[in-house]
Amino acid sequence: MITLTIDGIRVQGEEGETVLQVAKKAGIRIPTLCYLEGLSPRGACRLCLVEVRNWGGRLVPACATPVQEGMEVVANSARLQELRRAILEMLFAERNHICAFCVSNGHCELQDLAAELGMDHVRYPYRWLPFFVDLSHAKYGIDHNRCVLCGRCVRACAEVEGAATWGFSGRGISTLVEADLGEPWGQSKTCTGCGKCVQACPTGALFEKGKATSEQVKRPEILAEVKERRPRA
Amino acid sequence: MKRLQVLLCSGSACQSAGALEVKRALVEAITDLGLHEEVQLVETGCMGPCEFGPILLVYPEGAYYVRVKPQDARQIAEEHFLKGRVVRRLLWSGPAPEPRTLPFFARQKKVVLSNCGQIDPEKIEEYIAQGGYEALAKVLTQMTPTEVIAEITRSGLRGRGGAGFPTGRKWQAVHDAPGRPKYVICNGDEGDPGAFMDRAILEGDPHSVLEGMAIAAYAVGAEKGYIYVRAEYPLAVKRLEVAIAQARKLGLLGARIFDTDFSFDVELRIGAGAFVCGEETALIASIEGRRGEPRPRPPYPATSGLFGKPTLINNVETFANVRHIILNGGDWFAQMGTATSKGTKVFALAGQVKNTGLVEVPMGITLRELIFEVGGGVPQGRKFKAVQIGGPSGGCLPESLLDVPIDYESLKEYGAIMGSGGVIVLDDTSCMVNVAKFFLEFTADESCGKCVPCRVGTRLMLGILTRITQGQGTDQDLRELERLATLVKEASLCGLGQTAPNPVLSTLRYFREEYLAHIHDKACPAGVCPDLIHYDIQAELCRACDLCRRACPTGAAQGTPRQPPYRIVQELCIRCGACLEACPFGAVVKRPGRKG
Repeated sequence: MITLTIDGIRVQGEEGETVLQVAKKAGIRIPTLCYLEGLSPRGACRLCLVEVRNWGGRLVPACATPVQEGMEVVANSARLQELRRAILEMLFAERNHICAFCVSNGHCELQDLAAELGMDHVRYPYRWLPFFVDLSHAKYGIDHNRCVLCGRCVRACAEVEGAATWGFSGRGISTLVEADLGEPWGQSKTCTGCGKCVQACPTGALFEKGKATSEQVKRPEILAEVKERRPRA
Repeated sequence: MKRLQVLLCSGSACQSAGALEVKRALVEAITDLGLHEEVQLVETGCMGPCEFGPILLVYPEGAYYVRVKPQDARQIAEEHFLKGRVVRRLLWSGPAPEPRTLPFFARQKKVVLSNCGQIDPEKIEEYIAQGGYEALAKVLTQMTPTEVIAEITRSGLRGRGGAGFPTGRKWQAVHDAPGRPKYVICNGDEGDPGAFMDRAILEGDPHSVLEGMAIAAYAVGAEKGYIYVRAEYPLAVKRLEVAIAQARKLGLLGARIFDTDFSFDVELRIGAGAFVCGEETALIASIEGRRGEPRPRPPYPATSGLFGKPTLINNVETFANVRHIILNGGDWFAQMGTATSKGTKVFALAGQVKNTGLVEVPMGITLRELIFEVGGGVPQGRKFKAVQIGGPSGGCLPESLLDVPIDYESLKEYGAIMGSGGVIVLDDTSCMVNVAKFFLEFTADESCGKCVPCRVGTRLMLGILTRITQGQGTDQDLRELERLATLVKEASLCGLGQTAPNPVLSTLRYFREEYLAHIHDKACPAGVCPDLIHYDIQAELCRACDLCRRACPTGAAQGTPRQPPYRIVQELCIRCGACLEACPFGAVVKRPGRKG
């Protein structure tokens, strides 16, 4: 067992467990976005950043940092709160996240996080570059304007379904989630149409066709359930 | 032994200056004069003073010919090679003292670059003749891996790729890590604008890197190595391929090297040109065939690197130091430099400095010595303004800090970093806001897009800087810029994002008044930002020659011939500067700020 403190509370974790897992067991809330149980951690959204006091105050992603003996973790502080809010503002400024017009309005993790962290306005200029909407798939659609590039769909497809249809193309601000080598989703030869990516998506970027906004409830927890039942090598 | 050795620098800089044409002309002249039995022409790696290429060094006299053109070849061959009279007009120092005594050379201490420009990099025999592979032989036959690591630790060598992690400690960590196989990776993904030392080493002395890697592999217990070079370095790739083939042929790579139980082989991997792939975890992902994206550390590559195995990853220059430390001892290396930074460092001098090129100096030399003695100072009587050190991750230091000794800690303290060792000298024609914007444009473009602070934060910062250079900045913008800079620095995933704000933070620290001039006075003091300058015609100097009117693309310069003065209509002017260049009387002037 490894002993450490999170927000001054002594907690214990197994070798190989992450700070996030240990915090969760101890009932300490750390906000996450790109993390999804059942998928490998990505450490990309930076919302779960925690401060490790005895690592010189370094900020590390709780989802991807294994616990170590004697760590003194700060999971919630004014500094971290401010930082998480600023990151959310960046996400809202990056692409079009106007909730009132979104299919996921009311059940969107980005929206929930904004409410939780008290992000009630965006002080940065909105970029709102127009991205395309791909409705070529028979059952699902992808609206890149709502995408936060968390990569949950990419990992769900590769790690749980094993199809590896989704991947990233481009870089920096022009990064896009893309099916296969960039063809319309509906023409993908590898997509099995399982819909795990849609369930994994935290926002309205991936959605089911023919469903009203009130019906677009996602079940991201199924990734962990499927993974449990059918562990892949 | 031939009578004359003619060394022709054929590094990338000299090749683009026409070294290969010079070579063809020389070969022709030598053949015509029947001297091919007496003159040996050797193509070498980079000699250093790239500004003066193509360079020809003729022994035994040590005549240092610079800026040689193909048409000079016949004169050199006839006068010098045949008649023994040095062609003075082409010498670097002219009739003055021997070039080796010039500060450019005298202040340098060549360890890593000792073979560069001295041997033919495509002949392993020349490397061996200079003591090459002796260090590997010594290590394999007389030392245990633990002793090798102890020697490297004693030397105080630190990673030359930028962050300066103690090399011995890294080797120890990989040595101690459980799991097999282990890998050694050479990071040759040199991407900083203005840095070209890794290229020069790979082009000029590829075997020193191979030997360093083999020694490291023995020390940490690896059998396989990868060299990751960027595709933009075709000459380095070619010379590495030749070097690897030659080393394999002589049994210096491959199975049972020097008849010991140690086997080691190296493979090349060509990077596709993403700056972020210089970051170790992104580089590893790229070698594995995945998208070049960094991942959070820990775990560090020392415990879980390439294919999840313990991996040692060092920079080209770090590996090139290894054989010298083994042969001369760690104590010899540690006597050079400062308390925390030992040995020498190769710097790439670029920008507004007379002797642009590649130099190697002991750690602890001051910036002033580096720029003004080795570099020869700022050309054309201009005034030194700042030095940008460490590339896009580095910072701009002002004149008041020129006497700071260069080492990892001191540079960091003042807001720059050692980085890979790119040194860009800026004179008073550079706008510091524009410089910060330039570097941020680079990092924002090169951001892989994985983490939010780097992907979005650098863009937002760039937007603010752009507004400031266009005269639309406010005090609020400046506060937001500083806030964002701190956020991106603290919250980004990898070194790219964590250091991307450095050019902004350091210029804000040392050249804040320039930002304020852009914001409050709507003026660019250096006269660079087109929206914050204006052109004017000084009536008393104008002769109404009409040249400015003819040069002006928008009809802003107006007047009637022989009826001075001409004038510039500001509403039409796009501030391209064509009138300034056209005016033969110096009547047109560029002034900071807007007119009217």
